[in-house]
Amino acid sequence: MVSKFGKESPSRILFVAVNAIFLSLVGLLALAPFLHVIMASFSDPFQLIANKGLIWRPLGFTTIGYEKVFQSVEIWRGYLNTILYTTASVALGSLLTILGAYVLSRKGLYWSNKAMFFITFTMIFNGGLIPTYILIANLGWIDSPLAVIIPNCMSAFNLIILRTYFYTIPDSLEESANLDGASRLQVLFRIMVPLAKSSIAVVALFYTVAQWNSYFQAMIYLRSPKLYTLQLVLREILLKNTATSVGASGPSAFVLAVAELIKYCVIIVSIIPMLAAYPFIQRYFVSGIMVGAVKG
Amino acid sequence: MTPRLKEGKIRHDWRRNYSYYLILLPVLLYYFIFLYIPMGGLLMAFERFNAAKGIFHSPWIWFGNFATFFKSYYFWRLIRNTVVLSLLGLFFGVVSPVGLALLLNEVKNRYFKKTIQTATYIPYFISLVVAASLIKIFVAPEGPIGALFNSLFGLDKNLLTYVDLFRPIMVVSDMWTMTGYIAVIYLAALSGIDHEQYEAARIDGAGHWKQLVHITIPGIAPTVIVLFIMRTGQLLNVGYEKIILLYSPGIYETADVISTFVYRKGLIELQYGYSAAVGLFNAVVGLLLIIGTNWLAKRYSETRLF
Repeated sequence: MVSKFGKESPSRILFVAVNAIFLSLVGLLALAPFLHVIMASFSDPFQLIANKGLIWRPLGFTTIGYEKVFQSVEIWRGYLNTILYTTASVALGSLLTILGAYVLSRKGLYWSNKAMFFITFTMIFNGGLIPTYILIANLGWIDSPLAVIIPNCMSAFNLIILRTYFYTIPDSLEESANLDGASRLQVLFRIMVPLAKSSIAVVALFYTVAQWNSYFQAMIYLRSPKLYTLQLVLREILLKNTATSVGASGPSAFVLAVAELIKYCVIIVSIIPMLAAYPFIQRYFVSGIMVGAVKG
Repeated sequence: MTPRLKEGKIRHDWRRNYSYYLILLPVLLYYFIFLYIPMGGLLMAFERFNAAKGIFHSPWIWFGNFATFFKSYYFWRLIRNTVVLSLLGLFFGVVSPVGLALLLNEVKNRYFKKTIQTATYIPYFISLVVAASLIKIFVAPEGPIGALFNSLFGLDKNLLTYVDLFRPIMVVSDMWTMTGYIAVIYLAALSGIDHEQYEAARIDGAGHWKQLVHITIPGIAPTVIVLFIMRTGQLLNVGYEKIILLYSPGIYETADVISTFVYRKGLIELQYGYSAAVGLFNAVVGLLLIIGTNWLAKRYSETRLF
C-alpha cells in the first residue's frame, strides 16, 4: 500500500505537500478562536480592551477575571441547575429509549411497524413551537424545571441507533431466559441492557451533550433567575452584556474593562467540562454517528 | 385477509405479546403527549386563538391567519431569507465536509490525519450560546475578523450590524462548528470502500484522479444522498436558535427567517393563532420538501431514506 516517494510522480508529491499545508491551516483556523479566548482570559483588562486583532499570547498576566467568575453566585447556580436538569433528563430519556428500542427490535410483533411509524413520523412533521408552548403552559410547567427536563428528553434518532444494536443480539439468548421463567423486564435489564452497554453509553452521551448545550427550552420556559441553566446565565453575561453585575467595584473604567475580561473567563469556565470529557467521549461519539447516519 | 382472520391475528398477538406492549406504553405515551397533542394543537392556526378560552372555545376564522400572512409585507422577505439561508447551508453543509473528508482520506500519516480530524471536530461541542458569543467577539471592531475588515474595507462597526454580511457570517460560522463533525461520517463511508477496487484500478493504469472520480465519489454517494435528504427535513428551520442569538432589528432584512418570525410573533407578541399558522405553513412546506427529495432520490439513484 504505502508507496515510496521515489515512485510517485512529481504532481503527486506536489499534491501531498499542498494538501498537508492546507489541512494544517484548516486545523489551526478551527482552533484559533479557542486560542484567542484562552489568551484573552489571562490578559490585563486595560491592555485587553485596547487590543485589536487576534490575541495569541496573554497581554500582561492576571487571573482577576477568573477570581470574579469563581465568586459569582449566578454562574455556580447555573452550573448546578444544568447538572441537575441534565442528569434527570438524560436518565429519563435513556430509560424511555431503552424500553422503546428493545420492544421495537423484537420480531413478530403485529403493531411493531405502526408504532415505529408513530414515533419516526414526528421527525419529519410536528406541532412546532407555539402549540408545544401552549401544552407546556396548560401542564402548568412555565417556570418549572420539568419543562426543561421532560419534553425533548428522547429522540427518535437515538431510538433508531439503539434499536439497530438490539437487532444484533441473538433471539436465542432471550428465549433461554424466557424458559427459565424470567419476566420481560428481567430479560431486558439483566440480559439485554448489559450486552448493549456501549451503545446505551453512546445514546446517553448524545442526550448529555444536547441537553448541556441547549438554551432555547430554558429561555422560553424559565422565568426565575434562580432556576436558570448555565447556558442562560452565559447568554445574560455574554450576549446581553450584563457582565458588570458579576464584576468588580471601583472606578467605572476599571469595572468596564474587567467586565470585558470576565466574558472570556466565563467562556473558558463553561466549555472546560466538555473539552475535558472530549478525549474520552470522542470514540463513542464517532461510532454513534456512524451507526446513526450510515446504517440508520 | 378477511376482517375476521385479522381480528383473530390481533387477538393472538395481544395474548402472546402484551408484556412487550406494556413496556412500550410509556414511550408511546411520551410521543402522544409531547408530540401528537401539539399536532392537534395546530388547530389553533385556524382560530382567533385566545389562551383563556382554549382551543375548543376560541372563534374559528379558518384560513384567516394564513391570508394575513400571505398578504403581509414580511411574507416575501421571510421566504427569500429562509430559502437563501437554507440553500447556502445545504450547499456548504455538503461541499465542505465532503471536501475535508476527501482531503483527509489522501493523508497517509495516521497521526497527522487524527490530529486534523480532532482539531476540526472540537468546535462541534461548543454550545450555541458560546458559539454566538465567539462570533460577536470576533466580528466586533476590535476582534480579529472585525479588525481585518476595518483595515481592509473601513467597516468600523460590529460586522453583525451590516445587512450584507449576515449570510456570510452564518455560513462561515456553521462551517466552523459543523464541518469536522459531518466529515467524520463521510470518512466512515470512505473507509468502507473495498480496497480491492483501488488495486484493480491501479493495475488497469488508473491514476489518483481517475480513482477519485470512478471509485471514491460513487462510493460515498449513497451517504451524501442520505444526509442530504435528512437535511432537507430540517431545511426550513435554518438554525433559528442561532439566528435568535445573533440578529437584531437592523438586519431583519436578511436575517429574519420564518422560524424566528414564528418565535417573535408567538412568544414575544403573544399572537398564538397567527404564529401557529405561520409555523404550520413552514412545517407543511418542510414535509413536502423531504417527501419530494426522497422521491427524486428513489427515482434517480435507488438510495432513499424511507
